[in-house]
Amino acid sequence: MSAPNDSYDPVEVTPLHPDEVARMRDEALAAIAAASSLEELKEVRIAYAGDRSPLALANREIGSLPPSARAEAGQRVGGARREISEALKERGAVLEEERDNRVLVEEAVDVTLGWDRRPRGARHPLTTIAERMTDIFVNMGFEVAEGPEVEAEWYNFDALNFLPDHPARTMQDTFFVEAPSGGESGLVLRTHTSPVQVRALLDRPLPVYVVAPGKTFRTDELDATHTPVFHQLEGMVVDENITMAHLRGAIDAFVHSMFGAGLRTRFRPYYFPFTEPSGEVDLECFVCRGESVGNPDAPCRTCGSEGWIELGGCGMINPRVLVAAGVDTERYSGWAFGIGVERTLMFAHGVRDMRDMVEGDVRFASAFGMEV
Amino acid sequence: MRVPVSWLREYVDLPAELTARDLAAGLISVGLEVETVDEIGADITGPIVLGRVREIEELTGFKKPIRYCRVDVGAANGTGEPQGIVCGARNFSEGDPVVVALPGATLPGGFAISARTTYGRVSEGMICSATELGLWEDHTGIVVLPEGLGEPGADIHDLLGLREDVLDIAVTPDRGYTLSIRGVAREAAATYGVSFHDPADVPVSGTAEGGYPATVADPAICSRYVLRGVTGFDPDAESPLWMKRRLAQTGVRPISLAVDVTNYVLMELGQPLHAWDRDKLRGPIEVRLAHSGEQLETLDHVKRSLDPDDILITDESGPINIAGVMGGATTEIDPTSTNVIIEAAHFSETHIARASRRHQLSSESSRRFERGVDSELQLAAATRAVNLLAEFGGAGVEEGYTHIDLSVAREPITIDERLPARVSGVDYPAGTTVRRLREVGCAVEEAGQTLWVTPPSWRPDITDPNDLAEEVIRLEGYGEIPSIPPRAPAGRGLTSGQRIRRAVGRGLAGAGFIETLSYPFVGEGHFDGLRLGPDDERRRAVRLTNPLNDDEPLLRTTLLPGLLRTLVRNVGRGFNDVALFEIGLVYLPKEGAPEYAPMPPVDRGPTPEERANLEEALPEQPRRVAAVLAGNRELSGWWGKGRQATWADAIEAAREVGRAAGAELRPRPADDSPWHPGRCAALYVVNNSDGGSGAGTLVGHAGELHPRVIGSYGLPARTVAMEVELDVIEAARTTVRAPEISGYPVAAQDVALVVDNSVLAADVEEALRSGAGDLLESVRLFDVYTGEQVGEGRKSLAYNLRFRAGDRTLTAEETTVARDAAVAAAASRTGAVLRG
Repeated sequence: MSAPNDSYDPVEVTPLHPDEVARMRDEALAAIAAASSLEELKEVRIAYAGDRSPLALANREIGSLPPSARAEAGQRVGGARREISEALKERGAVLEEERDNRVLVEEAVDVTLGWDRRPRGARHPLTTIAERMTDIFVNMGFEVAEGPEVEAEWYNFDALNFLPDHPARTMQDTFFVEAPSGGESGLVLRTHTSPVQVRALLDRPLPVYVVAPGKTFRTDELDATHTPVFHQLEGMVVDENITMAHLRGAIDAFVHSMFGAGLRTRFRPYYFPFTEPSGEVDLECFVCRGESVGNPDAPCRTCGSEGWIELGGCGMINPRVLVAAGVDTERYSGWAFGIGVERTLMFAHGVRDMRDMVEGDVRFASAFGMEV
Repeated sequence: MRVPVSWLREYVDLPAELTARDLAAGLISVGLEVETVDEIGADITGPIVLGRVREIEELTGFKKPIRYCRVDVGAANGTGEPQGIVCGARNFSEGDPVVVALPGATLPGGFAISARTTYGRVSEGMICSATELGLWEDHTGIVVLPEGLGEPGADIHDLLGLREDVLDIAVTPDRGYTLSIRGVAREAAATYGVSFHDPADVPVSGTAEGGYPATVADPAICSRYVLRGVTGFDPDAESPLWMKRRLAQTGVRPISLAVDVTNYVLMELGQPLHAWDRDKLRGPIEVRLAHSGEQLETLDHVKRSLDPDDILITDESGPINIAGVMGGATTEIDPTSTNVIIEAAHFSETHIARASRRHQLSSESSRRFERGVDSELQLAAATRAVNLLAEFGGAGVEEGYTHIDLSVAREPITIDERLPARVSGVDYPAGTTVRRLREVGCAVEEAGQTLWVTPPSWRPDITDPNDLAEEVIRLEGYGEIPSIPPRAPAGRGLTSGQRIRRAVGRGLAGAGFIETLSYPFVGEGHFDGLRLGPDDERRRAVRLTNPLNDDEPLLRTTLLPGLLRTLVRNVGRGFNDVALFEIGLVYLPKEGAPEYAPMPPVDRGPTPEERANLEEALPEQPRRVAAVLAGNRELSGWWGKGRQATWADAIEAAREVGRAAGAELRPRPADDSPWHPGRCAALYVVNNSDGGSGAGTLVGHAGELHPRVIGSYGLPARTVAMEVELDVIEAARTTVRAPEISGYPVAAQDVALVVDNSVLAADVEEALRSGAGDLLESVRLFDVYTGEQVGEGRKSLAYNLRFRAGDRTLTAEETTVARDAAVAAAASRTGAVLRG
């Protein structure tokens, strides 16, 4: 390297001569443009932009120029190096994209190849539909009450105003539990979820707004429309100034959420020992909306062209039940309803045979997946 | 209850244009469950006429005797000439009026009549039997019509009432009175606001003296008892055609006039009647409860032992009837009986209900008595019956009758006139309550808004103010009730347990298991199949009195039998790789539970002690989760080989349940049925109370099933299973405290430790953890090696230890010190030797 020399003519430092700088720059740009791969470009970068490249070396000579000339030479060399750097970047981007395109094409696979390496699981649709039905009421502010499946007759019958020898009690097709000695035990498999009403009233402070989904049992042989083990969803309110209008409102809200806004419901008088007055609720067929009635050309499989679907039983809780649960009937009244979960799944999803829900064939639950 | 509409119309002025379907809808709207409308005879069409048999020619040479008849059908055949008809029946003579279906007619079931050649003659039609006309079952021959019904050629459709609409009503237990045409007619009248003519308004002839002697031992078993007799009854008299037809339409087979009359009055008025042959009675009748040891041979020729709770009708010979349930054989009406006693009684509902169940005899009579018959109807019903016997059987009605009235007047129910409005939420106009209650037959006394209401004798179901409210509300129409959305107070949502149950279901389904819901019914055979020992707790099961299947009288004490059966079913249907789970209750009898669950009174809430006693009688019913796997856990495919499900997958499924429930399950070796003794883990949940330092609480087992269990259930080889108790896992759940996440670098160290084969990996890991101190972030076993290099009976366990501090980058020295401490702890606790 030359020593600083104030009288030195910058033109005489050859590498810093404008023509020479331009030549080095052009040579570098030409090499960059000629690089055909990222590997070649790497070599070009070392040769023309590395520490030992001509312009890097030329840059070191700037110090040997007189101060008055250094700025101009610095701009000249710096400008050339920036141009080369830009060119390297651009060419690099182009070459990278070319490489990526090539490699990504080479790595392409057949994405339609099946991947069932891990078998898929599923929840039972009776579980998920019961959760959905439950959640509609939970979202209205109800809580979920529970009770045992082997139940005392007192809860299953007596407290619900089923008198000991009344036909209503014997019509329930009850499974009775045998006492260890072989006699009567006073226990049954609960025939409905209604005993949970009494338990909820005994367990909770008033007012009570609960829903009780659960397993129930009757001595029916399994066939296409019967199963000895089935599920119900019980709903109950006990509060001040409760009327049948509130019952109707709750059922309407459920129906609209579950089956569709605007669907009509129909109440018919019926009989249950634990409600008075009692009723059954029909739901306007959510498939045909009554269009199939008297129209043999367009029959409806969901409602059997009846226009209505039987949803469940309901009524005002019989004051005798409230008394047996220790509720002050002067102040409180309430309503209750019960809906069959199997029935709901059958008409909501077109299940044709009760046995499909019972047998545990993997194809049945798998069709529904994680939610209904 | 089957109700012929024409019969109903006799007692209620229904609009003529009202169709049977409209009527059904109307009755449904007031609470009668009309299930179907049977259009009887709707498929009978074409010329069916009255014919008179002119000549009978006996044809011979066939397998059975055949008649060729010339039948006068008037002008109905267009010629006026007698019609030639071949007939196989023999119960008619020349001159008899008969029913002739002419060619072109169609009989029930689409049976088309045409002229055809048979037995060598052309038969131009058919002489019909009652069965062929759809009237009633009768295989004794053709219908011989009574004289005077009409002229030959008269259209028979209306003469015989071939066409009838019959409502089939499923009667709810509270409405026993609608088990009669009378009761349904009253409901129809109220529905349409039209007049009702009570068929029980029968003028009672005779005097209440000199009837057949009878006494009632106790008003509690029989509140009213009526006997009426007829003499000189013609046992050969036939029931009139209309009576037979109506009985058949209500579902009762016509038998003989005496029997038909009792059934007819039963259907018409709802009062069960019994008829005795008076000449077979021995002395005065007494109505009383049975003495133990008494026996009676009933009409069905079964000798029955009587229960002291049975109400009996007795005479000097002993029991002659089980009251309200079935008569005895010795006093039965027979084809020669001419003197008949009709009994009409009001028996205690509950006694009849129990007797009917005890003797397994459910009859038209017992169904009505159980639901309660009209308590004032008996004299009218008996009178109606003897009048019919007199009219159609030529009998004379005896002047004196027996009428024992032990009834007690009903107390009125007091209600507020506004009660129906308060119950329904409908603002009824003033006077509605009184009007509607009177329509259903109540006597109502008014004092301002307070009403004293005495229900009618046919409505024993009305006992409470709400019963009266229902009468008003249903007749006003349930359709009037408005819809007011619920206004529940803010709820607390699902409980932790309810949320966990859903999380477990989703977790297992997400892990590839399919949920099933199997029946809880099992038998000893299932326990044997699981190789449960004779004293195994799980053999102590709740037993059903009346199981559906005698082989499965028990309730499950483990979820596995149901799951294994479902697994076998799926394998049988061609699914070899199956992973199933179930969440459900098991039923475990309590040691020392009372023999009989108490039945506290229901006129008040139970005391805390009564509630506790009720709970004490119930079995424990914990919620369990179980899973079974067979075949491949990972399937083979284009990616490579599958992986067979192993004991480890079963344990992992159990731990998945723990994770979903927010608790950690730790396996320990165990030997428990039905698992493989060397491949079974007991699973423990870490308790809150001991802070995780103790052994924890046992929650269940997991592993490969015992080969013999696999054999006895017919399972695929190497089937694995787990079962854990969700309630215990739930209880162990703790509130998660957020971890402190350190941003400093991790320092990882691998160590390989050689231990005896008998040393458990879990113990080595536990020792490493305790020795490594607070800097340890995680321990992971990444290799297990056995072989020459580590020596016979020993194994090498390779662990990756990761260290990290919350406040600094660890130095190599710190990490090494921690690692050495971990290894030292493993060495001292498990004899582990660092592998060189």
